[in-house]
Amino acid sequence: MTEVKGFGRQKGHTELYRGAEYSVDFVPKTKIEAAVPDALVDQAIEAIVSAASTGSIGDGKVFVSSLDHAVRIRTGETGDQAL
Amino acid sequence: MKFNFSKKGLRLGTGSLLAVAVPGIASAQDVLDSGDTAWMLTATALVLFMTIPGLSLFYAGMVRAKNALSVMMQCFAITCLMTVLWALYVYSLAFGNDIGGVIGDFSKAFMSGVGVDVVSGTIPETVFSIFQLTFAVITPALIVGAFAERMKFSAMLWFMTLWVTIVYAPIAHWVWGGGWLGELGVLDFAGGTVVHINAGVAGLVAAIVLGRRRGYPRTAMKPSNLVLTMVGAGMLWVGWFGFNAGSELAADGVAGMAMAVTQIATAAAALTWMFLEWFNHGKPSALGLVSGAVAGLVAITPASGFVGPMGALVIGAASGLMCYLAVVKVKHAMGYDDSLDAFGVHGIGGIVGAILTGVFVDAGLGGAGLAEGTTIAGQVGLQAVGVIATIVYCGVVSFILLKVLDAVIGLRVNAEEEEEGLDLVLHDEQGYNLT
Repeated sequence: MTEVKGFGRQKGHTELYRGAEYSVDFVPKTKIEAAVPDALVDQAIEAIVSAASTGSIGDGKVFVSSLDHAVRIRTGETGDQAL
Repeated sequence: MKFNFSKKGLRLGTGSLLAVAVPGIASAQDVLDSGDTAWMLTATALVLFMTIPGLSLFYAGMVRAKNALSVMMQCFAITCLMTVLWALYVYSLAFGNDIGGVIGDFSKAFMSGVGVDVVSGTIPETVFSIFQLTFAVITPALIVGAFAERMKFSAMLWFMTLWVTIVYAPIAHWVWGGGWLGELGVLDFAGGTVVHINAGVAGLVAAIVLGRRRGYPRTAMKPSNLVLTMVGAGMLWVGWFGFNAGSELAADGVAGMAMAVTQIATAAAALTWMFLEWFNHGKPSALGLVSGAVAGLVAITPASGFVGPMGALVIGAASGLMCYLAVVKVKHAMGYDDSLDAFGVHGIGGIVGAILTGVFVDAGLGGAGLAEGTTIAGQVGLQAVGVIATIVYCGVVSFILLKVLDAVIGLRVNAEEEEEGLDLVLHDEQGYNLT
């Protein structure tokens, strides 16, 4: 999990201090990175989408990409065993 | 002691005209009153509390996080510096024996003659002197708001040293020390001209001479912590009772009225600002509410011993309106960068209060009453003389001081340092180490 800033279609907001108006474009977001075995990918996507969905703009996006290799440092296991 | 009575003697129309001092002659009426003394000890502490920590927090919350400590340090260091200078010679310049209505002499330098048994009016002169010192502390500290986030600390100390000597001390003397403005009949109960117009005008000049902060107005410069600003504003309000009711130098009915009108004007100004912002921008803001409160405190300052509750209501509402316009509209239209609105709030609020004092002092409008033979128009004219004299003298001398200092040692940090933030660059510290 990483705390990040960004915006999509929902844009930011404006703040006003003694007549000085500032538009804040970037809003706080949470970025989740999950490394899962191929067999669990659809299930993981389903879990994230159902938990995050409100139906309004700003719900976020899911991107899926493949991982070439993985190593668990403590044991030296590789591939799916390392996940 | 004359200075004590010269201030009280301003209370025109209350039968106290007899008390107007004969300069330089200690009065036989100088007998210590323990009630008055107890109140003035308290009032002195309240006014010091306005600067540290009230104003310091008020300002620190409005600057960016990288400069929060620098403004607090400036206010604290000013408190220390002014205290030492006051004890050495500034008290004497302001309240020593009058020289031509313009300045005091050096008879009280090193606080000479200010002993345990010396009474001034009904309080010890030690208390009178330190009470007055707290005014000489907050006035330069107010100016900090205008040049915040870009001035060198060393240049700030030099400027304040010269400024309190050449600008503050004479003007305090003119109004309260037996000088020409007081003698003329200009009414300034607690420092509308001496403190607020003075600080506001010096701030405006400093903001213009130093120039805008880097990136102003296109870069967002969000206040680092408005919670601190709200806390500081609350402390200013509380401390202001010492400032205004204490300026009576006694625990009496006038002090009571000064306290009442201070409370009323402040509330009226705060609500005025809040509703104006609500109407114009759709939402009421916390910063707007407290800005209005400070505007009201400023405006009632010169009027506090002279006007009644309904006069205070009008003065508060008027200052809320005028300061709102100055800060929210005029400053942005003019393009100068008075960072925390020292001029917009203290300069404008002080002028509104000084002028309206001349109106609402009238007994028919609930005030203490005009001097015999003086009309409202006449008193307003006198008030205008006080305002203009302060603006011109303070403006011109402050400009010269800043230009000379700029040529000799430079006023501003360089662009890189400004970007980095004054806390780290000038003090090797950070106000916030949250991560």
